[in-house]
Amino acid sequence: MPLLENGHPVEDTWRYAVESEALGAGDIIVPFDRLSEGLGRTEGRLGVVLPNSESVSTLKEALPKLALVVVTFPIFRDGRAFSQARALREHLHFTGKIRASGHILPDQYEFLLRCGVDSVEVSGNTDMAPWEQALRRFTIATQPSPVLDEKPTGFGLRRFLATP
Amino acid sequence: MSTETMTRAEAAPAVLPVGRYGYDQIDRTFLRERIEQFRDQVNRRIAGDLTEEEFKPLRLMNGLYLQLHAYMLRVAVPYGTLGSKQVRALARIAREFDKGYGHFTTRQNIQFNWIKLEDTVAALEVLAEADMHAIQTSGNCIRNITSDEFAGAAKDELLDPRVHAEILRQWSTLHPEFTFLPRKFKFAISGSPHDRVVARFHDIGLIARPGPHGRPVFEVFVGGGLGRTPIVGVSLRDDLPEEDLLAYMEAILRVYNAHGRRDNIYKARIKILVQALGTDEFRRQVEEEFVAMDRARYRIEPGLVEAIKARFGAPAFAPAGEAVAVLAEDRRRDIAFDAWVRTNTHEHKAPGYISVVISLKPAGGIPGDATAEQLDLLADLADEFSFGELRVTHLQNVVLGHVRQDQLHTVWQRLSQAGLGTANVNFITDIVACPGLDYCALANARSIPIAQKLSSRFANLELQREIGDLRINISGCINACGHHHAAHLGILGVDKRGQEAFQITLGGSGEEDASIGQILGPAMAEDETVDAVSRLIDLYLVRRENGERFLDTYRRVGTAAFKDVVYAPA
Repeated sequence: MPLLENGHPVEDTWRYAVESEALGAGDIIVPFDRLSEGLGRTEGRLGVVLPNSESVSTLKEALPKLALVVVTFPIFRDGRAFSQARALREHLHFTGKIRASGHILPDQYEFLLRCGVDSVEVSGNTDMAPWEQALRRFTIATQPSPVLDEKPTGFGLRRFLATP
Repeated sequence: MSTETMTRAEAAPAVLPVGRYGYDQIDRTFLRERIEQFRDQVNRRIAGDLTEEEFKPLRLMNGLYLQLHAYMLRVAVPYGTLGSKQVRALARIAREFDKGYGHFTTRQNIQFNWIKLEDTVAALEVLAEADMHAIQTSGNCIRNITSDEFAGAAKDELLDPRVHAEILRQWSTLHPEFTFLPRKFKFAISGSPHDRVVARFHDIGLIARPGPHGRPVFEVFVGGGLGRTPIVGVSLRDDLPEEDLLAYMEAILRVYNAHGRRDNIYKARIKILVQALGTDEFRRQVEEEFVAMDRARYRIEPGLVEAIKARFGAPAFAPAGEAVAVLAEDRRRDIAFDAWVRTNTHEHKAPGYISVVISLKPAGGIPGDATAEQLDLLADLADEFSFGELRVTHLQNVVLGHVRQDQLHTVWQRLSQAGLGTANVNFITDIVACPGLDYCALANARSIPIAQKLSSRFANLELQREIGDLRINISGCINACGHHHAAHLGILGVDKRGQEAFQITLGGSGEEDASIGQILGPAMAEDETVDAVSRLIDLYLVRRENGERFLDTYRRVGTAAFKDVVYAPA
């Protein structure tokens, strides 16, 4: 599944754990219920899938050992993951990667980035043009990002969006 | 021209719109970028790259609904304030893209009911030329922020809430975290102790007042709402300082976004969450988030407020002079004018000025509708008599905020010539009605014909004056867009075995004494309902004491007597 960063497809060096198989070495993303198993591993970096019904505080202990958190959109209308990504950055000061997966529209890309998400998984036949456009189209927002330090426009709440 | 005069001319400040935030190039760029995005979304939908399911929330973010017969475009009117140029743009949309009229809504917006999908981008461009848009007039996001129609004018106002409404507008517009909430989210803000914004029936209602150090403080109501489950909001904070306004709003929205129900659309509003958790637990969760936030990041410094305030034009009031005496004399000489002044004006803070409510409820008319010609006239009157500024009310009327009292008679004459001089504000024919089954895909019954019948039945102004203040609201379905729960006399359209029928509710109020109307009994056919209202009014006229309003008599006498006159066999 292609991974999108800064509007462009990049190579995904992570793999997802396979059900009822040992985790093995290398960079691996485990489901939430295999987190402790992952933490017990000694080789390779660890990522976890955070269901959107879980509070990010459940990752508080594990976070220093995590290089990646995947936030999820079962359907694009369900916006809980925006708050989760923001809370990971703002409250837990997570500096690793945050990836969004699931049903996501390019029209949401800007919002994801401004909540602290770095990369987005898109399906194999995705037309990349709307995603690249979504990144370049907007130059102004009318509120500070909850997590990014964007340049103010001179007065008020407005911000110039960071262009990659 | 000398260099010096040229410099002075260039340095002269642009004329700012009275009563609302004046856009600059940055705001206009923002809008242009969003229109281009919408143009693309329409194209992607037409090309099949977006499914209708995917397109729906995107078009809704731009105020575009698919109704029974056509697309409907709902245009945002931030805090209900419009400039004359904007009103003319609305008239142009009515003429070029609709059937020559628009419909003012209970959220202080205006909607056009006959828009073609292929015209929507062009309509948004007309709006953008007048610094307007349709962003977030629908969808599961923070909707248009509503406010007091007498903001900046009312004698009883403690502070003009519109600067803070603008701050909330900017903050909530395409907020990255809160654009896909469990359900829609509505704010209202007032700066008067007299609640004219229905604060207690909003997801968040804010009442601003001057604080101890000269900066505003806010009472915060949360979890109010109408719809299927009418609930009066609870007071979460009474003393929220201005600097923490956005932080606290973020905290409320974060708790809601995380825990609001997403499994059932009818239980997804914040009111259900507040009820499920209980006020204390909800408040605790909000406070927990609030104290964990980096508050400096969200702090609204006085400088920021003042910078936004500086983008608002202020009316330059002339000294009162003879204005008060002239109005008194005009009223003495013209009885019809005097009656209109009595009902359709509101006391102004500036000596010699007065606010005017223009009734969009002529006898037998459709509540809230205005033709393109009427819109143009309203724009002209705003320019001539009220600093180019107009307000839309949540009761579907229009207000000229600042009229010199010695010009009031002229204003009234001009309005009367255009059929806009009806002296019925707050009377029984000042009916609020949703579009109902004539337009709406959700409705069970038509709201407009019964509104017109009631309006015709009680058209006699002498009778209306005799009845006094009486708020009738009509909703065409349980979603309650006509706010029938908050009416003294509410009417709810239902489907009764395939027939349109109407339930009557009594005793609701949307003001400081907020209460939810109680269902009187079984639903009736349209004409029976109109007759039943007549009998209710007759009973009230017999039973009232000492100048009581209908609502007061109902509250004192109780339901039984009112029920009897409607349902007991003669």
